[in-house]
Amino acid sequence: MTEPLQHADHLLRAEALECERDGRTLFSDLSFSIVPGTLTRVEGPNGSGKTTLLRILAGLNDNWSGQVYWCGEPRQRHWDQVRRNVLYLGHRPGIKMLLTPLENLQALVAGRQYVPDNILTQALEQVGLGPWTQVPCSQLSAGQKRRVALARLLFADEPVWLLDEAFTALDVDAVAAVERLLEDRVRQGGAVVMTTHHEPALKGMRRIRLGAAGEPESVAHAVGEGG
Amino acid sequence: MGQQESMSVRVLDPVTTSPGLWQSMIAVLRRDLRLSVRQKQDLLNPLLFFVMVVALFPLGVSPESDFLREAGAGILWVGALLATLLSLDHLFRFDYEDGTLEQMALQPQPLFVLVLAKTLAHWLVTGLPLVILTPMLGMMLFLDGNSVAVLCLTLLIGTPVLSLIGSVGAALTVGLRAGGVLLSLLVIPLYIPVLIFGTGTVMAAAGGSDVSGHLALMAAILVLALVLAPLAAAVALKISLSAS
Repeated sequence: MTEPLQHADHLLRAEALECERDGRTLFSDLSFSIVPGTLTRVEGPNGSGKTTLLRILAGLNDNWSGQVYWCGEPRQRHWDQVRRNVLYLGHRPGIKMLLTPLENLQALVAGRQYVPDNILTQALEQVGLGPWTQVPCSQLSAGQKRRVALARLLFADEPVWLLDEAFTALDVDAVAAVERLLEDRVRQGGAVVMTTHHEPALKGMRRIRLGAAGEPESVAHAVGEGG
Repeated sequence: MGQQESMSVRVLDPVTTSPGLWQSMIAVLRRDLRLSVRQKQDLLNPLLFFVMVVALFPLGVSPESDFLREAGAGILWVGALLATLLSLDHLFRFDYEDGTLEQMALQPQPLFVLVLAKTLAHWLVTGLPLVILTPMLGMMLFLDGNSVAVLCLTLLIGTPVLSLIGSVGAALTVGLRAGGVLLSLLVIPLYIPVLIFGTGTVMAAAGGSDVSGHLALMAAILVLALVLAPLAAAVALKISLSAS
């Protein structure tokens, strides 16, 4: 079953990305590679286009120019493979207030992976929601809702994870737990791209810096610090 | 950290590692039906609206049985059309706001398949109950048994078309703050052919002529909508998501 990557040097590669929003250039001439076994943090001030960049990588945003490659080939030729292999968790992660955490996970995972219910329950217990698996999410706190979304990471098998503001509303222990989870994932060969406002305590983190929108030096550079 | 450069990871094959079309459709259907059952207000509002609109005509125009028998089919069709329209704005809005739509767009299955499942769920909780209520309201408007039967049949074929056409409008306006009115303006002109065929069929039945041709034409419209509307709605949703 273990089929090695055709082009193991990179999963996703962006070349000369340029994105404009409301007439302002968010970033231009942005090139970088997302390779297996790395963690990349997208950095920049508010409004610099961090979320936009992740949405472009996920394939949700079409208002950009440049080229994105999947395993060395233009991404548009392999959309179904890209969608299966890239997990995107936005800051609105698709949690329904009227459903219980378990039902939410079932619905979110149903189209992507075969995951039996006991694994889902286990994941919820692991993120500290054991007593709340049968309670509607509307009764959970903001941090607990975020935990429901992040519980997906415990069984997600996608090689690429795009996490937008994954740590929002989490307490210190939970942040540390997610950081450990991401480190484990990277050690197994997964690639993680994320935005956070706090500086994560992660070793070998790569960075993509985005400038403030509209400023002349808004040209961003990918800096590899992990290599 | 040199070993990181040589690391590789298994790329997943979307066909063998993810559930198929049916399973993903059933999952969407189950989730939407579950949500509807838990949000009973949204379930009941279009039905109450339908009953009230229909009740306005005897009160506001004329309670004469001759008039109501003449206009009954049209009144019920317009009522069903408006009730469907009322419920359309919610079709994608909540999913858009909480991020569910993004997750659906990123599923390995084509988005139009999931949109079709969502539209089916919408019809099951709004269109179908309207059809079930129709015999009672038909009696209230002095329609005879045969007309009521034909009317129900036209609504049974017609209300899925209303949901399908509406899904395209809902998908186009989901990203707008006040999309509700625009949605009505977009969708009502497209509803007119269905309305004409629907009421025309009942008129023909009341006039004693054969309606199988009318019904076949309506069924053709349904098939056309079934094939084209989810595709158009999926494209519209991607545009709406891209702009957010």
